Amino acid sequence: MKLLVNETEHDLDVAPDMPLLWALRDFVGLTGTKFGCGKGVCGACVVHIDGKAVRSCLMPVSSVSGKRISTIEGVSGKVADAVQTAWRRLDVVQCGYCQSGQIMSAIALLNGKSKPTDADIENVMDGNLCRCATYVRIRAAIHEASRVLG
Amino acid sequence: MYAAMLSKRLTPSSSRRNFLVVSAAGAGALVIGFALGEEAHAEEAANGSKAGAGPKAPPMPDAFIHIAPDDSVTVLIKHLDMGQGVTTGLTTIVAEELDADWSQMRAEFAPANAKLYNNLAFGPMQGTGGSTSVANSWDQLRSAAAAARAMLVAAAAEEWKVSASEIAVHKGRLSHRSGKSGSFGQFAEKATHMPLPADVTLKDPDKFELIGAKTPRIDSNEKTTGKAIYAQDIRRPGMLTAVIARPPRFGGIVKSFDADGAKAVKGFVDAIAIPQGVAVLAENTWAAIQARDALKVQWDESKAERRSTAAMLDEYKNLAATPGAPAMKKGDADAVLAKCAKTIEAEFTFPYLAHAPMEPLNCTVERTVEGCDIWAGSQSQTVEQSIAAAILRLRPDQVQIHTLWAGGSFGRRSTPNADYIAEAATILKASGGKRPIHLVWTREDDITGGRYRPMFYHSVRAGLDSSGKLLAWRHRLVGQSFIIGTPMEGGLAKDGVDLTAVQGIVDMPYAIPNMQVDWRNATSPVTTLWWRSVGHTHTAHAVEVMIDELAQAANKDPLSFRLALLEEHPRHAAVLKLAAEKAGYGTKLPRGKGRGLALHESFHTIVAMVVDVSVTGSTVKVDRVVAALDCGIAVNPDVIKAQIESGVGFGLGAALRGKITLSDGLVDQANFDTYEPLRLSDMPAVDVHIVKSNQSPTGVGEPGVPPIAPAVSNAIFAATGKRLRSLPFDFELLKSG
Repeated sequence: MKLLVNETEHDLDVAPDMPLLWALRDFVGLTGTKFGCGKGVCGACVVHIDGKAVRSCLMPVSSVSGKRISTIEGVSGKVADAVQTAWRRLDVVQCGYCQSGQIMSAIALLNGKSKPTDADIENVMDGNLCRCATYVRIRAAIHEASRVLG
Repeated sequence: MYAAMLSKRLTPSSSRRNFLVVSAAGAGALVIGFALGEEAHAEEAANGSKAGAGPKAPPMPDAFIHIAPDDSVTVLIKHLDMGQGVTTGLTTIVAEELDADWSQMRAEFAPANAKLYNNLAFGPMQGTGGSTSVANSWDQLRSAAAAARAMLVAAAAEEWKVSASEIAVHKGRLSHRSGKSGSFGQFAEKATHMPLPADVTLKDPDKFELIGAKTPRIDSNEKTTGKAIYAQDIRRPGMLTAVIARPPRFGGIVKSFDADGAKAVKGFVDAIAIPQGVAVLAENTWAAIQARDALKVQWDESKAERRSTAAMLDEYKNLAATPGAPAMKKGDADAVLAKCAKTIEAEFTFPYLAHAPMEPLNCTVERTVEGCDIWAGSQSQTVEQSIAAAILRLRPDQVQIHTLWAGGSFGRRSTPNADYIAEAATILKASGGKRPIHLVWTREDDITGGRYRPMFYHSVRAGLDSSGKLLAWRHRLVGQSFIIGTPMEGGLAKDGVDLTAVQGIVDMPYAIPNMQVDWRNATSPVTTLWWRSVGHTHTAHAVEVMIDELAQAANKDPLSFRLALLEEHPRHAAVLKLAAEKAGYGTKLPRGKGRGLALHESFHTIVAMVVDVSVTGSTVKVDRVVAALDCGIAVNPDVIKAQIESGVGFGLGAALRGKITLSDGLVDQANFDTYEPLRLSDMPAVDVHIVKSNQSPTGVGEPGVPPIAPAVSNAIFAATGKRLRSLPFDFELLKSG
């Protein structure tokens, strides 16, 4: 099965129903995308498929063959830079385990809406759990990235 | 193990017992470390510890500070960083005393070594917990860094033929008024030949430049790019993934199993019965999970827990009808209560709680020629080393622990029996040790797997005189101990009382002339454990809600009522006043809003919170938290603020909806949909104020948790006139008349 991840094509011998998460982590060797719940309820595994935020733990790998997959290791561009820079400027991270998913969700949010309101942020980011509860800074960092993007 | 979190406060003398050692590592680096106790240890340290020094070990595993010719200064971190930011904190302490530039600082996790990396608060063992990391490292790392600085200065003085006293050090540069200057790296090799100072002068806190300032977190870059490596990310050649089919009821054991279905899963390798269940081994994680789903296991549940939590709570209430083991007694509470003008009685219940760190428990174990390598977010390194060694029939020094970033812990990784690491070692042994094993817990394993914060039942009675003065307090608790009957009983129980169960009540700061506290143990095969802030998770709530009720009964303002009881505790009073002042306490709030406060000391750090809530019907929104704290010298104020924000969110999630319940012994929750932590939209604004102090620093990882739930409860009362005593809050109570 062919997977296009971060602009690189990979040929994988995996069961078609294997979730993309495990194909990325155990076969492609990209471990930045995290396993948190395996049930699509925590957001630690969010990647972009054709630019849209998707929970990779529920996505059978066969359904994304041929699509453009971006992970935290390969995400790039003005919005990604602004988000990651804001995350660092505000020192959002604590344990950091959920932050790949948080950042991927935040980038998708800002790609869709450059000036999100608090309600917009809550709508999207409520799907990403953080047990360290870094939420005050996540909210602030998204506003900050939005300001920087102008 | 955690004795220090109860009473022992670290004093400088407790670390002066250690003496500095110095040695030259390869490539002319200056390496500074400490050794504990006997000279033999010092010699081992000075010559390079052989313990655990595998082929991939850092050059000098016994050292704290490594100054390399390229000017980099690496601090070896003896603690686990599970998000609390200790890597940044310890590195800041070294950079400050060394007068280094922040940009040259690096950090690495230290290998397991109880002698070199003993936790001075609760050792002899290497471990992290009880919010002790900065506190127990403070004198140790300052002395080590000051010694390194003195030796660099001595080296420069010799080279430049000037007096050491004429050399200035600033931002990683040594300089002399003659114009001569050089970097740390230039003098690193020469410094190793300088005598180790017999005594070092530590900086006056007024001269601190990095401590107390904003230093960027050391882990921000790698944790925002997906590069940070957690145990979950370790990939070894030939590695198998293992998951364990675990008994559905606590106390169940394997009777028999049928792996026919599992064998049909592509990638399945083996299924092996172990004491904890049936280990399923596969070529990748998905295959292991699929194969476990296809496994059929018969369980022997003859000794398993079959009760529901409702029945267990009934038993707790029955137990509370008779006295337990006395935890403290002052005056005669019962006699005085009988004569009080006004008495208040209240009961509080607290559920089991799972820790649910975002990174599910996991580790990788691998047999090597020398012994065994373990990669884990290891929280009690030397305990885990010893237990894995015993299972694998190795000497502890043959087990190399590679501590990695941990994706949260909240107490869950700190287990006296090494828990999941012991499981992985057991599977490695049972599978013949030919291939490395990555043991993975799924989220379901985590939520249903026990080690919960125990359920608790509190019954409290307190009385006032006719002027509203608090005269007596009678407190009985029932809850399941994770201390009694374990090796920790020696340090953490006294006269049959689990000290972690009553902490925060027996030592409350309020002046109460008559007080009596007792505790009864309740037993169950359900496993329990400390959960971020341990006993304070429930004791702070019962005390601070009760104090609010008493203020109301005395017809006094909750702030002035507390302050009157704190005359002998000026630090507590100052923290409470600061929070109140910053929150604008006393201003009138619109209808439907309420303001509540709580004050609690845990792990020697005092935290007060003033919380504003909005209540509409039975819907409560926590709008804002203003927190003040006194944690001694604030090493990294921004990390401290982050920990208070984190404590607020962690405690609030539990207060709003956190509970693990059992029906006929089966856990009702299984994943984040049924055990739902706080989400972003639930998070209030948090405003943190740190009291300026010149006292030695105390911990901040846990103390942000205890005050939030009672402050919210008190705010709900202020808004509605209704008391929500038990946790999680039952908002249905707001509906009834």
